[in-house]
Amino acid sequence: MSLSKYLQELENESIYILREVVAEFFNPVMLYSVGKDSSVMLRLAQKAFYPSKIPFPLLHVDTGYKFKEMYEFRDELVSKIGANLIIHRNEKAIEKGMHPAKFGVAKCCGALKTQALLDALSINKFDAAIGGARRDEEKSRAKERVFSFRDKFGQWNPKAQRPELWNNYNPIINEGESVRVFPLSSWTESDIWNYIKEEKIEIVPLYFAKKRKLVREGKNLIPLESNRQQKKNIEEVSSRFRSLGCMPCTGAVVSDADNIEGIVKEANSAIRSERETRIIDHGSNSMEDKKKEGYF
Amino acid sequence: MDILRFATAGSVDDGKSTLIGRLLYDSKGVFLDQIEALQGSSTSSENGINLALFTDGLKAEREQGITIDVAYRYFSTNIRKFIIADTPGHFQYTRNMFTGASNSDLTIILIDARKGVLEQSKRHFYISWLLGIRNIIVAVNKMDLIEFNQEQFNFIKKDFLSITKNTKVDKINFIPISALNGDNVVSKSKNMPWYKSKTLIELLETAHIDEDNTELSVSRFPVQLVNRIDNDKVNDFRGFMGTLNGKSLKKGQQVLIYPSKFPAKIKDIIFKESSVDLISNSDSATIVLDEDIDISRGDIISNLTNINISNIFKSRICWMDEEPLDKGKKYLLKHSHKAIKCIFKNIISKVDMKNLDHIDLAENININDIGIVEIEVFDNICFDSYKINKETGSFIIIDLESNNTVAAGIII
Repeated sequence: MSLSKYLQELENESIYILREVVAEFFNPVMLYSVGKDSSVMLRLAQKAFYPSKIPFPLLHVDTGYKFKEMYEFRDELVSKIGANLIIHRNEKAIEKGMHPAKFGVAKCCGALKTQALLDALSINKFDAAIGGARRDEEKSRAKERVFSFRDKFGQWNPKAQRPELWNNYNPIINEGESVRVFPLSSWTESDIWNYIKEEKIEIVPLYFAKKRKLVREGKNLIPLESNRQQKKNIEEVSSRFRSLGCMPCTGAVVSDADNIEGIVKEANSAIRSERETRIIDHGSNSMEDKKKEGYF
Repeated sequence: MDILRFATAGSVDDGKSTLIGRLLYDSKGVFLDQIEALQGSSTSSENGINLALFTDGLKAEREQGITIDVAYRYFSTNIRKFIIADTPGHFQYTRNMFTGASNSDLTIILIDARKGVLEQSKRHFYISWLLGIRNIIVAVNKMDLIEFNQEQFNFIKKDFLSITKNTKVDKINFIPISALNGDNVVSKSKNMPWYKSKTLIELLETAHIDEDNTELSVSRFPVQLVNRIDNDKVNDFRGFMGTLNGKSLKKGQQVLIYPSKFPAKIKDIIFKESSVDLISNSDSATIVLDEDIDISRGDIISNLTNINISNIFKSRICWMDEEPLDKGKKYLLKHSHKAIKCIFKNIISKVDMKNLDHIDLAENININDIGIVEIEVFDNICFDSYKINKETGSFIIIDLESNNTVAAGIII
């Protein structure tokens, strides 16, 4: 069966972008976070270079706080497709017991995600890092380029971005500088789900609804697994995750969608954004500030 | 369902951000939690939500109430997916408009009903026209502030048409709206019964998308990468990866490789991990040829139509950098997967953006200038005019000191 026309256009554009990265950079890497966007991006990379294998490694910036199902899914998929996976953790911060409840969300994210990412990029001397961020996710991401320049400290300067015309991307950088590349720039959450459905892409089972034990923290339903000492406010509800991050900072949504058709239906009629369940984004301007420091 | 990409252009305070906010809000392209986040920070609107805030993504923009550069917005109806290139009106508008229009099929030009056609409206039209956009919607906004006066609307329409007389734009739609109150944006206005035509969203849903170059006879498949698998002599694989621009290519078809002009036949086409008989405009595919020809990135697999091969060509450029064009300096030309050094041999003329006349013997080209130049490249390139093929007819110029993209050009 052929894809819907708009999904075919998006696929063509993403494949074009992925091939540009390989043509223009010495040492590119693709960020792989195990989530649905990563699953789509990985599938697009397979298609882009078929019949060859994906010509760059995958990088998982692991905070140690991901869901068990995510680690299992990751290891199984990587061995199945024979990809080269690099796992990087900020071991120093993990040893110190970095946790959002102890140090605050901003500090925790800064150490386990941003710093870990910047370290991994510089240790491996990656000059291009492909990420699955979409412009529809968040207001500062709407300003992103497809090839987004980063200085030698990994910083983004949104006020002085290179103009980007047609699909003619500027890949020129000096030593030590890098580029973040966003092949899913033009996709929306609903496009991602429709593509997963039409292309039958495997995703982590956490996206499908089932009865889960959750802890109510204000507006959020946080998985019980993330804090087993918790005794109060425990609810067992049919729920799923719209967006996956670290356990302590990822909220579930009440839902009965236990198959892909159900998820697509929910995504197509969603009235609240998926980032709402991600505690890391809360607080004013938090994504823009994090991005300036080097976050995706 | 397909995709319509459009740019929005307007002068300061024409209500462009409000219009985009309205489109997103009424078509549910913005989420409730995003609205709630705004309600805390918004002050100035009747219904409690400042629609304009949807589009101001950066802290500096919200603080200063300006839009810094192009932002992209997405929404869909049951008929189409829309990608909006939101280009700011007052801050380096030429460069931003040029950028936004480069990837658009349609432009919405906003006009404040009280002010009528401004010089800037003409420039927005001119830039859209230069970049090959033939679908223009002129939205006359703030009709509520002129008591929905039909005569004023008709006057603006006539005035606008007088500037576009000499261009070959087939389709200019005029529509009276109030972005703030939603009149004729998504729902028909009760205040303007005299306007019987489509609402803005209906115009967007039904606009004919120019399938770029498919009507024309050229097929250009610039090679992006060579896919090579060396197993053994029998099973060696060599495919050429790229995206087709223009007319379909078929298995078995005779093609020419530019610039070498070697002939070959398409032995196989791989698209989405399987062998197919045909690919169409904008498909990203891998082509296998029957001949063993030396082909690398930047070479073009083409049907039997001619292409220009030269190291000198004439072009219209838009200058985008604070530092003006330097005639003695070597720049990097990035054109259809080739990056070669070049110099500006001649500045032929530049456009006076006040009246859109060409000024001959222009001395220099500065930021936001549009000019006609002659470029000399250090090696031959294969190109078409922009009118024939957008991909092989456009380029960017990179300054090798700053590494910035300093200009964009279309080949005449």
